[in-house]
Amino acid sequence: MEQRTPTLRGVAWLWFGLSTAVLAIGFRQAIFLVPTDAAQGNVGRIFYYHVPIAMLSLIFPYINFAASLFYLYWRRRDPLKALTADALALTTAEVTVVYSSICLLTGMLWGRATWGIWWTWDPRLTSMLLLWLLYVSYLMLRRFSSTGQTHTLAAVLSVFAAVDVPIVYMSIRWWRTQHPAPVFGGGPDSGVDPSMLPAFYWNLAGWTLWGICIVLFRFALERRRQLAEQEAALQAIEASLEIPQ
Amino acid sequence: MNYLRHVLDHLRKDLRLEWRSRDSLNGMLFFSLLVVVVFGLAFDPTSYPTVARQISGGILWVALLFASITALNQSWAREQRNNVLEAQRMAPSPASALFLGKAIANLLFVLVVEAVLAPIFIVFFNLHALGSIWLLALIMPLGTWALVVNGTFFAALGLRARNRELLLPLLLLPISLPALLAMVQATTGVLTGDLDPIQINTWIKQLLGYDIIFTTVCILLFETVLNAE
Repeated sequence: MEQRTPTLRGVAWLWFGLSTAVLAIGFRQAIFLVPTDAAQGNVGRIFYYHVPIAMLSLIFPYINFAASLFYLYWRRRDPLKALTADALALTTAEVTVVYSSICLLTGMLWGRATWGIWWTWDPRLTSMLLLWLLYVSYLMLRRFSSTGQTHTLAAVLSVFAAVDVPIVYMSIRWWRTQHPAPVFGGGPDSGVDPSMLPAFYWNLAGWTLWGICIVLFRFALERRRQLAEQEAALQAIEASLEIPQ
Repeated sequence: MNYLRHVLDHLRKDLRLEWRSRDSLNGMLFFSLLVVVVFGLAFDPTSYPTVARQISGGILWVALLFASITALNQSWAREQRNNVLEAQRMAPSPASALFLGKAIANLLFVLVVEAVLAPIFIVFFNLHALGSIWLLALIMPLGTWALVVNGTFFAALGLRARNRELLLPLLLLPISLPALLAMVQATTGVLTGDLDPIQINTWIKQLLGYDIIFTTVCILLFETVLNAE
């Protein structure tokens, strides 16, 4: 079995500390330093959490997609590498579910405060919910399929789910929506006041670091599970060979 | 040309099998009829014609969706009898031909159900479409294909899974939701005449795009799923 080296462990703790520190700075920026929003008051500060997390929950599916494609490519050529890719795919799918849940929940809180309703079947919200449903169904498939073919089937489903992610992103331009137009890169009127940018970037950096942190921890865990499984299989084979004829 | 011939062979086989038993056709027909009756009892559409027009597009598609799920679950089961599926895996013909043949067969079955169901639906829901009704001739096949192509694929994907019957809707529904939205919106737009023709046009285009994208993905990945182990 792979041994966790002290250096690797040190780097992991350093990463954890760094992401916590950046999140703390981001919290200070967003809650205390940024001027209060003229239209929304203090409620507007949820922007610094909702938007970075929404952006990240659209990025992790791509990693999941890429890992699944690598899995499908290596499946016959190099099964051990394929298993690593599969562990990464599983991990990012779980983190996607976590991040998009947080995105949906903070969005609901924000919607209740500014629009007066918890939820509206606006296309953007619907597509986010859809993304969440897709990755929950991905995790369900992994749970239901019989052992041995889980990886392949999950990778195939991930390709299907990834095709939906661009639809989520484009939907804001395709359909007229209640959700505000894209704040970044959405045309001449988009963009935020420069005073809001530091808080936004600190939080974006913080949640990215934190996301990578939990991905790596979960990945290490899944790798250990896989290696333990291989070890058990190997021992079973060896034991069966030792039975005297 | 050779590929087309394989697809047609598979299609002919599936049609003949279905013709001999007519299990899934009868099952789908009666099931969708029951769904329509249940919704009819729940909403009393004849007393409120405007409401009926607004909701009937959704009800029609929900009935068809559930009915096709019941049939799709069975569509690969007949390949498993006598290990036919193992033989198919060893056959030299491309795996995607098997898939396309079955998907087209399923499309035809659901279209037959729609053709029978449509008059009953119009009578029960007392419908007078206010938009251009001929557009439905475009929306129905496109929408049905969107359901059936992914449904056939996921039914094959869940073949050896535990809880196969439950797994199909769990996978099919999230993937199909954009298509469902498009077809329900387009159908409702035609029935109520509220939507601008350009908007209906956009929904139909989205449906078409969805069909093309997912048909391609299904054809590319079917061999992987068939040989998964």
